[in-house]
Amino acid sequence: MEINKQDASSNFRSGILFGLGLVAFIDEAVFHQLLHWHHFYDKSTTDIGLVSDGLFHAFSWFATVASLFMLADIRKRKVWDRKRWIGAMMLGGGTFQLYDGIIQHKLMKLHQIRYNVEIIYYDIVWNVLAAFMILNGLNLLRKSKSAQKSKVGEA
Amino acid sequence: MHHHSDGNSTIIGSFAEMIIYVVPLIAIGLYLWAVYMTNKKYKKWPVSRVFFWIGGVCSAALAMVGPIAEMAHSNFQAHMLAHLLLGMLAPLLLVLSAPVTLLLRTVPVKAGRTISKLLRSSYGRWVTNPLNTAILNIGGLWLLYTTDLFQMMHESLLLYLFIHLHVFIAGYLFTLSILYIDPVAHQKSFQFRAFILIMAMAGHGILSKWIYANPPAGVKESEAQAGGMLMYYGGDMVDLMLVIILCYQYFKGNRRLSKKAAQVAN
Repeated sequence: MEINKQDASSNFRSGILFGLGLVAFIDEAVFHQLLHWHHFYDKSTTDIGLVSDGLFHAFSWFATVASLFMLADIRKRKVWDRKRWIGAMMLGGGTFQLYDGIIQHKLMKLHQIRYNVEIIYYDIVWNVLAAFMILNGLNLLRKSKSAQKSKVGEA
Repeated sequence: MHHHSDGNSTIIGSFAEMIIYVVPLIAIGLYLWAVYMTNKKYKKWPVSRVFFWIGGVCSAALAMVGPIAEMAHSNFQAHMLAHLLLGMLAPLLLVLSAPVTLLLRTVPVKAGRTISKLLRSSYGRWVTNPLNTAILNIGGLWLLYTTDLFQMMHESLLLYLFIHLHVFIAGYLFTLSILYIDPVAHQKSFQFRAFILIMAMAGHGILSKWIYANPPAGVKESEAQAGGMLMYYGGDMVDLMLVIILCYQYFKGNRRLSKKAAQVAN
């Protein structure tokens, strides 16, 4: 499959937005609702933390829906580059998780991952996982790019 | 409604109550009549829109009369439920029922021209600008819950009615300025409307958590927490519908454009 630059960028944008939305969704569904590890509001939350959380939450709702409409459009036009899309998804999801784990949880003290436990281990797993997603995403994006290049070369 | 001791406000109270009962019935009756009359002349009006209208009128009415409205005076969570119905769900359903389109096909051509002139006027332009409607909507809510206004509202019937009317109208204008179902003279781009919608959603969510942590005057902490969470998740549900409809409209429109472009190219 060979796709043009514009379609490649559509794949990238849709993937990034979906990754961000997916991580935000897992955060809400698993950690808030199912496990009850996160708290709705933590007394130490800063005002800027409240604003940052509100903006990210709203944006992630929108991103999830918009990215899926974009994906439907991409698939309809038969230009879905899976490697690129999944790579971008990992990059978007990992970046948001790292921001959530370091800036929102630690600096803005929005809420912690879990309460009444030795939190440092949870923080390490959370952020290492985020970094792993970012690296994996970048790797996939690089592979998709070189795959496209070699195809152009063949043609 | 309120139980007032002096005779004067009892009269205003029962009059207001009567209006609140009668207006929804008239609204449903007029809509059905307009659909019936215009179906004779034009193509059939979609039945889904009739259901949207009835649903919208009912959810607005539920916020003003009946058990939820009754409880809303003493219980903050019920108050929040009433506000979600009045300021978010009712506006969405009413906008989806396309009342202006129905009005335009019901009235004589001359009156129709006056209406579209009004829509195109600078005032019509102002009240359909999403930036203005978002500020009216979310700004009004911040004023209500972070100042003494909330307590004052429960002491004055007129203020109570004014605030509820504001919540409803601001919610309606906001929804209308984001989703173009009825004709809008000065359309804004998808990107601009998406940006404003995200900002308004964020403002709503932040206020919900603010209320959770800082109960409005006269509200118990446990009720403020329950009310704040209801506002947060309930608001998310209605906003999610807005997002889906907005994206649906945009991507459907895009596909049509690209199909047209392909046809022209061929």
